[in-house]
Parts: sequence; structure tokens; C-alpha cells
Amino acid sequence: MKVSIEDVELVAHQSQLILSEDEKEKAIQDLTSILEYADKLSELNTDDVEPTIQVLPIVDVFREDEIRPSMDREVIMQNAPHATEDSFIVPKIVE
Amino acid sequence: MELYKLTIHEANKLLSNREISAKQLAESVLKRIEEIEGKVNAFNTITAEEALKNADAIDKLIQQGEEISPLAGIPMGVKDNICTSGIKTTCSSKMLENFVPPYDATVIERLNTHNAILVGKLNMDEFAMGSSTENSAFKNTRNPWSLERVPGGSSGGSAASVIAGQALFSLGSDTGGSIRQPAAFCGLVGLKPTYGRVSRYGLVALASSFDVVGPITKDVTDCAIVLNVIAGRDVKDVTTADKPVDDYRTALKDDVKGMKIGIPKGFLDKGLDSEVRTSIHQAIKLYEKLGAELIEIDLPHAEYALPVYYIIACAEASSSLARYDGIRYGYRADDYDDLEELYKKTRSQAFGSEVKRRIMLGNFVIGADYYEDYYLKALKVRTLIREDYAKAFEKVDVILSPTTPTSAFKIGEKREPMDMYLSDIYTVPVNIAGLPAISIPCGFDANGLPIGLQLIGDLFEEKKLLQAAYTFEQNTDYHKKEPIL
Amino acid sequence: MKYEVVIGLEVHAELSTQTKLLCGCAAEFVREPNTHCCPGCLAMPGTLPRINKRAVEYAIKAGLALNCDISEYSRMDRKHYFYPDLAKAYQVTQHYQPLCKNGYLDIETDDGVRRIGITQIHLEEDAGKLIHDQYETESLVDYNRSGVPLIEIVSEPDLRSPEEGRIFLETIKSILQYIEVSDCKMEEGSLRCDVNVSVRPKGQKEYGVRSEMKNLNSFRAAHRAMEYEVKRHIDILEQGGEILRETRRWDDNMGKSFPMRTKEEANDYRYFPDADIVPMYIDRDWVARLKKEMPELPSERRDRYVRDYGLPEYDAGVLTSSKYLAEYFEECIRLYDNPKNVSNWVMGDILRITKEKDIEHEDIPIQAEQLVGLLKLVDEGIISGSIGKSVLEEMFDTGKDADTIVEAKGLRQISDQDALLDIILKVMEDNPQSVEDYLSGKKKAMGYLVGQTMRATKGKANPQMVNKILKEKLDELKKE
Repeated sequence: MKVSIEDVELVAHQSQLILSEDEKEKAIQDLTSILEYADKLSELNTDDVEPTIQVLPIVDVFREDEIRPSMDREVIMQNAPHATEDSFIVPKIVE
Repeated sequence: MELYKLTIHEANKLLSNREISAKQLAESVLKRIEEIEGKVNAFNTITAEEALKNADAIDKLIQQGEEISPLAGIPMGVKDNICTSGIKTTCSSKMLENFVPPYDATVIERLNTHNAILVGKLNMDEFAMGSSTENSAFKNTRNPWSLERVPGGSSGGSAASVIAGQALFSLGSDTGGSIRQPAAFCGLVGLKPTYGRVSRYGLVALASSFDVVGPITKDVTDCAIVLNVIAGRDVKDVTTADKPVDDYRTALKDDVKGMKIGIPKGFLDKGLDSEVRTSIHQAIKLYEKLGAELIEIDLPHAEYALPVYYIIACAEASSSLARYDGIRYGYRADDYDDLEELYKKTRSQAFGSEVKRRIMLGNFVIGADYYEDYYLKALKVRTLIREDYAKAFEKVDVILSPTTPTSAFKIGEKREPMDMYLSDIYTVPVNIAGLPAISIPCGFDANGLPIGLQLIGDLFEEKKLLQAAYTFEQNTDYHKKEPIL
Repeated sequence: MKYEVVIGLEVHAELSTQTKLLCGCAAEFVREPNTHCCPGCLAMPGTLPRINKRAVEYAIKAGLALNCDISEYSRMDRKHYFYPDLAKAYQVTQHYQPLCKNGYLDIETDDGVRRIGITQIHLEEDAGKLIHDQYETESLVDYNRSGVPLIEIVSEPDLRSPEEGRIFLETIKSILQYIEVSDCKMEEGSLRCDVNVSVRPKGQKEYGVRSEMKNLNSFRAAHRAMEYEVKRHIDILEQGGEILRETRRWDDNMGKSFPMRTKEEANDYRYFPDADIVPMYIDRDWVARLKKEMPELPSERRDRYVRDYGLPEYDAGVLTSSKYLAEYFEECIRLYDNPKNVSNWVMGDILRITKEKDIEHEDIPIQAEQLVGLLKLVDEGIISGSIGKSVLEEMFDTGKDADTIVEAKGLRQISDQDALLDIILKVMEDNPQSVEDYLSGKKKAMGYLVGQTMRATKGKANPQMVNKILKEKLDELKKE
């Protein structure tokens, strides 16, 4: 299918990406060429075909409800780009 | 002979007999890194100090007469998307440039238990998206056989480092060919195990239903040795199979008599380089001569594999990479007025163009309007492709094909994404079906570049692959050639 | 024009498991931020989820209690949206294959029993918490709650008034507490609801356009929000206006709802199956076992109280409306074999005081043994019923035993024959007119004299004895 500028702008927003005008043009081309290639799939009748989400027939793997120690806050937060001693910081959110 | 040239099994023999020390071996490899890294650019991080300290500790064990693992004291490199506690794990992305995970991947835990020695983290295509390692945010890794060429990808650093003698083996990850293709481009053995045979815990997700960790080694014996250690169920990864792990070394037999090798109809007709075709034909003839039975098989849905792969893999990637938002770890944009700007600037500044392209494609195909036509459709065709293989494996033990349509291409040569995607045409269908496959060297082209042969097995039939690959190796010399650097 | 109200509810209840849905971190509520977190809670790269079996079990139990079909095949999906409290930028939930479907709940309204359809119950993870009030320009994120298991119960649009909505919520809360899958503590955010409201002219088949309000964290707020929206919709229609399909934010302080500034595309959650989690085939034996273990539900317990204890239907309904209250009642009658008397005290003063003081049933500060202690003092005539009521108030405030309060304050009834006689003679002496009236046949005068005696003893005189002695003395005068 042919991708429109609106499609690209919407999907860029959903992806939380900013695209320049040039990047939008390129994205239209790239996505269109990939999706046109993908349109090949519509040749196939798959009405009675089950989708494959995972290739192995593994089911019912559960964890028992037993507490395991959490990680030290200092360690878990050591990669934080912007934080107080105990919390992560984000710009104020106005609803 | 320089120690860095050893295979794992050769080095293990010398270490066990105390003919060399782990320290000598580590020093040789680290010296080699120092000498040629400027040419190869395989590493994002080099852990020389830690490596020497660990080598000392292992030498003490050996001196105390302890029986050592076949991997004890063996210098290894690890693709930079496999988490190493306390050591940067960057995915070759600006997003994770300074990310230090406080946990080890399960494969790293297992290799540590076996006293393998980490010498560094290896360059790759950003977030494993690519086939040339040109998508790294940091540098282009070069193919040691020809420095103007790519080493393949996404595990380009993993392959280049091993063939250049900067590690005795390495770990890569394979989502659509990312172990096998660089192994082929660098003249090495690369194994993509069955999906779920090796734990993904600590492997930074690209596409959850395809990703698998595997070894890149100098020969098939080494491949079996590493697989022995990393394979098996992991409680931390519920998608790993609860199946006992064989001793894969028992498969190292020089014997393919009566083995049924499937040749997919039409695979060698078009779209591939003539020198690659010639090498593959020679390989087929060799197998025939060694007593294997060649059977033509039909994989009627193979031509749909690439779109199926890109739709599902990008859908999964768009989801797995949504977490990079500049809040808990990783890159964060400097100036922003509100939350949305923080998100958008962070992600736009820190992701490369291929990553952005795939995230957008992924979000597109799982959008409410396109879910059925693209994503769900691809899941259904995935079933058809799996069924093709299942039918084929009723008749054959392994399937033979080229690993790649060409040998290593030049850096900067492939500019269009579709061009790059087409170079994965032989490897991608294997991931769609979750099958194990191995790439082994089967020749060199006129430019002196290696050519890879791919063998594909049925689910959990790694042993058959290893036996067929070992037999080929025992009857050829391609794996013994070295690049001159 | 007459309008019909159409309301559908989505109730989110935190499950009272030990650990989170996808990792082994403790799920309990804790104030210190980011202390119940592991790399998985923070969505660090390479981490993988592992489903808590008990959370699945609790969801199934809720499904059974709400008369649902328990799916044989179920799996987890990802719901994508960006928000700082959602670490992975997707929520692990169930969109395509929920655990429980097609149930119902009977609620008791003033117009009798109404059956409300339950569309589905699904399992999902909670998000972390944002703290807005600490800094002027920044918000803080705490991921302790990230990954705590929730069930979402989705009703059909079968509710026909805000009042029915309120009763539905109360009933759901009661059931979840009875089957012990959630403690439903609203102040800790473990029970929240989304409401969908629309109205249509009576008799019209098609639904009106609906508005949605998310994340209401008290029943009172939910009830007010429903009432407000119903009125808003009707007002708009009456004025010939058009209702917008939108998500609105309820401001409980202002008692108003406001449109949210959300973009249309944000509503596309791009659901798709989570390939990191394997599917669940819910074993029928498992379901059968859970069904067998299912505790008595509120309606069953109510019927039992009527049958076994002879309580009025209404009283039994109130006592069983919350698990904690019913357990309190039962604990009392285990210690004290007079269900009717216990019921009277609980229904009367105890519920009055909890309501006045805004105390949750589980937080009633008077232990069952303490209440029984009080009832026995009354029964034994050590204090009167009315003194008992004031002692109860004090027990609420101080937590002290009835005995202690009675002793400390000298509230013990005066049952000493001689002491009472002295007081009564004094009262008779001070009120000759009343004595005269009685003797001349005005029986009413007797009451006045009893009252005066009680007053003289500050209510501590044993009323039966006062009556007896006074009557004897007056009758003696009569004979003279």
C-alpha cells in the first residue's frame, strides 16, 4: 500500500519521534516500498490458518507466589539520568 | 604459533596439560587486540584488567589440580546487546551509551560459572537492526578479510573479532540471520540454536519471538563446546524449552553416510552470486561423495518469508523499544518543556535511522486499522512457512542452502533498506520457523572473501547439524585459512 | 422528555498476592519510593516476565464468584501507551483472550433484584505512581506499584441509575473481600473504577453517545461523577445540544467533570500478543477445585443468618454486606449466644458510630470480646442499657474494656437495697405533691418519682429495683 504523509505523521507520533520534512519524505518512500513488498501476502488465502505467535508449544509456565528480594534502590537507580535520592524525575504533568 | 590463533579445544588441551597458562593466553589475545583493533574496530568496550585478574584466578585453580571446564581460561567476546553486570551494555546505540546493567544475562552467568574470560563487548548494528554493522552509533567494524568491506551483521563485531584473533570465540544473537550472515562473511562457524534452546534473559530484546543467542567460533568442535554450556532451560525465561541438553560433542562424527540432505527447489536459481552458487554446488557434490543422500524439497511459501519477518519482527521491536524514554536509564535529551517533548527529543536524538524506520513500520502494522491485513496476516503466513519445513523434515535430516546470496559487500555499498533486507533472504525463514541452523565456511571467491554454507535442522536437532557440519569441515580446509592483517 | 440512563462500569481491583504479577518483588503497599523494585519493574533491557500463578488463580476465583465462563485458553497481550508510570511503555493485560467471560451479578435494589451482565474479567499489571505535589515544576515517579496484579471487571451497560452503579460497586467490593482475592482498600488505591455514562429517550433501542471517566478512586466519587454526568447529558439534550464521545476527568473537589486534552490517536493502544509470556491452558480440574474451595458468598451468608439466627432479612443483609462486619458478628456470637442482641447493637450503635467517625468495618477498634463484655454487663444488670451506649462511645475512643470504663467512672448500677431505700425516701420527702397525686389514683406520678430517683443517682440506680421499692413504699402509705 501507499503510505501518506498523514500516516507517517501519525505513526511518528505513536512512536514518539520527531521527523524533519526530509525524514518524512524518506519515511513515506521507505514504508511504502516495504509495505508494497508486504502486500504480496494478500495473494495467499489464510482464512483457515491459525496464527503463529510462538513456535514452541510451551504453555502454563507459572511462578509460585513467593517473595524474592528486590534490588537495592541505589543500585536500581544508578543509571537514572535525572533523579532525586529516591525517585525518578519527569517534567510536571498537567492533566 | 601465536596463542590467539588457537581454537577453544586446542587451548583447553594446552591449559589442562599446563603447557600454557590462562594468563599467557589472555595476554596474547589482549596484545592482539591492542595491535589490530585500530584496523578492525570490533570492540565497544575492552575489559583487559578484569580479564587478566580472572586469568590469574583460573591459573590458581589449575595449579591446585582442579579439573577445569573446556571453557576455563578461554578469552571470549560478547555482543554488546547481552547484559554483563557492572560492564556497559550499549547495543551500539546512543540510547544506551552509558548503560551499566546491574545483572548478568543467563548465558553470561553460565559462561562465568565455566570460567570463560570476557575480554570485551562487541560492536553491532544498533539494537541488532541491520546486516552490516554500519548501523552502529559508534563505528564501522571492518571485515578482517578486506578492510573496506563489512563484516556482516548485526553481530559484526562478534565475527570480526574471532577471525582477527581478538577472542577465541564470541557470542552473537540471531533474529533474522545476525549470527550466520557475519559468520559467513568472516569465514567462521556460526550457530543459531533452536528458538528456546538458549535463554534470552539479559539479551536486549529485538523481536521476542525470533531472538536467540548463539556462538561464533573457529570450528565446529568449538561450536559444540560453547553450546554445551549455554543451552538449556532457564526459569527466568519461560519461553525456553524444558528439554534435556545433549552433550553436543557426541555429534562430532565424520560421517554423513545415509544422511538425507534436502535441497530446496529453486533456491540456487536466481538472485545469488555465481561464485556463491559454484561453492554451494561443490559442497553438495562433496556431501554426495561422502555418502549423503540428496533430496529435492519444496518450500512453497519461502518467497513470503521476508515480508512476514519484517512485519512481525518490527511489530515486536516497536513494542520492545518503547521503554527507552529517558526516565529510568539511558539517554535523556537536554532541553524540553514538557513530557511529550522529553519523550520525542530523547528518542529522536538517540535512535539511529534504521531503528526509527523499524519502530515506525512496527507501530504501523499493529495499528488498529492495519492489524488484520498486515500483522495478523503475517502471523498466519508464519504458520504456512512452519508447515513447509515440518513437511520437509518428514523426508530429510537437514536442509542445505547458501547462508547469503553474496560474499561481504563494501562499506557504504547498500543504501536502500530493501537492498539490505534482501541479503537476509536465506537466513530469515529459519527464524520464522524457530529452527536451528549453522553457517560454515565452504569456499572463497575471486576477491578472497569467504562464502558460507547454511545447514538447517528440525527443532532441537542441533546434533544432526553439528554432525553434518563437522563432516564437511573434516573433509575441507576452508576453516583453516586466516586473513592477513 | 423522559430519559433512560445507561451505565457500564469497569472495576480495577488489586489482587492481594504476596508478589507482583510478573516478578518476585513484594506487592504490598509501601510508602518508601522505589524500594520494591527489580530490573524488571523498571523495564530494564533484557528482563523477562514470569506470571504469578496465584494471580491467575485469584482472577479465576473472581470469575467463578461472578458466574463467568472460565476460558480454556487464555493469554497476555500488550497495551501500548507512553506515560512515565508505565515503565515498559506497554501494560501487560488481556485484550484478545481474557481469563473470564460472560458472567453476571445480581444486585439488590429498592425495585428488587437486578441482574447485571459481566462482559469479562481480565488479568493485568498495575502501573507505578506519580507524585505531583513535591516540586513546583517537576513530578516524581515511584515504581513500587509497577507490576502489582490487578483484575479488571467489565460490566455490560446494564445499570440504569447512578444508585444501581453504587450498589453494583458495593456488591463487587463485598464479593472480592469474601473470596479473599483483594482487600479493596480504596485509600491505598487498590480499588478503582472507570464509568461509562450515556442517556437515551425512554423506549429508544440504540444507546446514546457515551462519555467515560477514568480512575475514580472512591465509591462516593464514582457515584457523584455518575450523577453529574447523567445530569450533564440530559441538560445538553434538553437544550438541543450534542454529546461528544470523549474521556472526561472527574474533579471531586469541584464536583465537576472536564474534557481531557487527549488526542484521538492516543486511543489506539496497538494491542498485540506478548511473545515473552506463554499461553495458559486453564486445567478444568483446577477450576473444579477452586469452585469447591469457594467460600460462602454474601448472599448465601445472608440467607443463613435469616434461617439460623432468625434475623430480619434487612438486618442480615446489612451484616453480610461486608466480610469484615459479618466476621465481627460471627466472632461475637461465638463468645455470646444471643445473635439477636448482638445484631441489635451492631446494626444500631456500632454502625452509627463507624459512620459518624468514617471508620472502615475492618478498622472497628472494639474487639469482639470487648463488645461481648459490654453486653454481659448490661445483661447482668451491672449497668443499664443507656449507660451501656455511652460506655460504647468511650470504648470507640479509648479502646478500653467496658469493665475498666465502668469501674473508673463509677458507672456501676446501684442495686443495694438499703442505699436505694434511703434515696427513694428522700425523693418522696422532697416531692410530697407527687406522692399525694399517686395516692389519689394518678398512676402517672409514679413515673415522675422514678425519674427523680434516677436523676438523683445520675442514672446509676437499677431501674427495676427503683420501681419495686418505690411501689412498695407508696403502697405502704396507701394502706395507712
